[in-house]
Amino acid sequence: MFSHKIFETNTLALIVGIVVSVAIGGLVEIIPLFTIENTIEKVEGMRPYSPLELAGRGIYVREGCYNCHSQMIRPFRDEVERYGHYSLAAESQYDHPFQWASKRTGPDLARVGGKYSNDWHVKHMINPRNVVSKSIMPTYAHMTRPLAVASTIVGELKTLRMVGVPYTDEQIANAVADLEAQAKGGDAAKAVEARYPKAKIGDFDGKPDEITEMDAMVAYLQMLGTLVDIKSVKPELVNR
Amino acid sequence: MTQATYMDAAPYQDDLIKKFVLAATFWGIVGFLVGVVIASQLAFPALNLGLEWTSFGRLRPVHTSAVIFAFGGNVLFATTFFVVQRTCKVGLYGGAALGGFVFYAFQALIVVAALTYVLGITQGKEYAEPEWFGDLLLTVIWVVYLVTFVGTLYKRREPHIYVANWFFLAMIVTIALLHLGNNLAIPTGFFGGSWLKSYNIYAGVQDAMTQWWYGHNAVGFFLTAGFLGIMYYFVPKRAERPVYSYRLSIVHFWALIFLYIWAGPHHLHYTALPDWAQTLGMAFSVMLWMPSWGGMINGLMTLSGAWEKLRTDPVIRFLVTSIGFYGMSTFEGPAMSIKAVNSLSHYTDWTVGHVHSGALGWVAFVSFGALYCLVPVLWKRERLYSMRLVSYHFWIATIGIVLYITAMWVSGIMQGLMWRAYDDLGFLQYSFIETVAAMHPYYVIRAMGGVLFLVGALIMVYNFIQTILGNMRDEVPYEATGYVLARG
Repeated sequence: MFSHKIFETNTLALIVGIVVSVAIGGLVEIIPLFTIENTIEKVEGMRPYSPLELAGRGIYVREGCYNCHSQMIRPFRDEVERYGHYSLAAESQYDHPFQWASKRTGPDLARVGGKYSNDWHVKHMINPRNVVSKSIMPTYAHMTRPLAVASTIVGELKTLRMVGVPYTDEQIANAVADLEAQAKGGDAAKAVEARYPKAKIGDFDGKPDEITEMDAMVAYLQMLGTLVDIKSVKPELVNR
Repeated sequence: MTQATYMDAAPYQDDLIKKFVLAATFWGIVGFLVGVVIASQLAFPALNLGLEWTSFGRLRPVHTSAVIFAFGGNVLFATTFFVVQRTCKVGLYGGAALGGFVFYAFQALIVVAALTYVLGITQGKEYAEPEWFGDLLLTVIWVVYLVTFVGTLYKRREPHIYVANWFFLAMIVTIALLHLGNNLAIPTGFFGGSWLKSYNIYAGVQDAMTQWWYGHNAVGFFLTAGFLGIMYYFVPKRAERPVYSYRLSIVHFWALIFLYIWAGPHHLHYTALPDWAQTLGMAFSVMLWMPSWGGMINGLMTLSGAWEKLRTDPVIRFLVTSIGFYGMSTFEGPAMSIKAVNSLSHYTDWTVGHVHSGALGWVAFVSFGALYCLVPVLWKRERLYSMRLVSYHFWIATIGIVLYITAMWVSGIMQGLMWRAYDDLGFLQYSFIETVAAMHPYYVIRAMGGVLFLVGALIMVYNFIQTILGNMRDEVPYEATGYVLARG
């Protein structure tokens, strides 16, 4: 008959027992997410983030926005009315890391894109109580400083391609130019729109001569939730 | 007091443990203080000070890392090293060299992590914020930790591995797997980007699942299995009673570690995670209630025949109350993991309250109990400076916890209900900012609860300083209270 004594007297047996016990659940829950095809819905419009949006997303992560804002609308009547169509797995498929978050001290931001003007966002970031008197959000006036990622943005796109984001050679080669063009507008921005459909073109913060962190942040926020053509989604193919 | 029974002739590495005890106490105060600061920021946003380094978003990871990993981690190092040496009747494998490396490297990691968060250098994954270089340092520390622990088990002079060590070993092994699995990332420096930034190899839904496989089992193994190990040594020691049921220890140990690992998806209910994974997470979370309460019953029933110590020994009061909070939060957790409940509780302060009933009530209280046991033994004092101060600490901290969790229950449930409230015409009744404004009084109460918890811990620090200095307050032992005499 089996005796528990082996686990109490043999250190290696105890370690093996522990590893086997804890491995099963994780493997069963994680591996299929990489192998089952309909885990991520087939939708139209999802694309990698433009360099300026990516820089904005970097600031979003840097400031720890996820500590108070979710990016995951649940399929409930009240959430859909308040925030828009429920979030799809496809919409965060290029998010390294994901920013669904677990707390709504502030509202969900998954579809904040296009809800407010650029000007509103800039005023709000500088001091949220300028536009929402009872807000408890910190001030982010330091985002008016110049954006310092021009030298590293190519490296970021290349690293992301390494982990599976389908940036093309053309997108990587033009990363710095695209970043500037999206924040400044003009003719050069046409190429940005071609490479990154639906990208919002600046100037975002009312300072046309300068690319600031605010430009990147607002470009990112104004894009959130606007890429996927929701009408192209077939509910019967959504796995929930 | 019978603390002499802790002593043994074997050449134990106790100077090392002293360092971990002091570090745990120090980081505990830092972590609680930052907690009070960020709780106050939510009530009074001016306290963000308008500086990028002191905003809530950057300080909250400082708080969570400080209390979980700096305070909890140093408590675990202190207690695992103390317990494994005593229950194996040998000195620590690797001695002062390996143990000392773990100590200094771990404190360095804490400082690096806190500084990088404040400077905005972060992976952006909850409870796994350190960037790749911090993750690498922790990996090295953890491997050395595993070697010292397992090496000590191998050279033990006892036939059996004591039950507390099963839990410690499960904690060390599983945390290693979780840490490596969740933090696989590529520094952008390899491709001409910054060396201070990396991108995780997972994205979106897979990243979410991996993150909460990690995140929930940081709770399950670091904050539960590890601290259950503390319970299994210090409660029977302090109560001078054997563990209630050896058979129950075996059953609940294996059931706990097997079931816990499945529970992660309950953090992702109704998200874009596929339904099958959510349902698995919910089912296993509900099942987890049973082994959790197995541990609670085994801990509480160990007091059988020694319940009068609750009145005479405030340290036992900390230990027993921690088991009570453990039982309460491991009931609340499965309830909140049921999808219908979660649809209301998720994204609200209810979750925050739940975490803190576990973190303050269970983890911190069992830690305080263990630290109060350890300090007189390690510094070879007859007893603590003052048992009265332990009692004050207990009551002040308990009132603090009660204020904290009740405030969060009320605000969380209210928030959830306000978000989904409709008026007579079928419109959403409240704008989002109205629900934020409604939270204000509860955020103030919560911050006050945090202040009380911090004050209690400062009383503990004073008690430790006096004990270490060799002072003993002249006070009547609890045994000789009038109540006991009258009853006798």
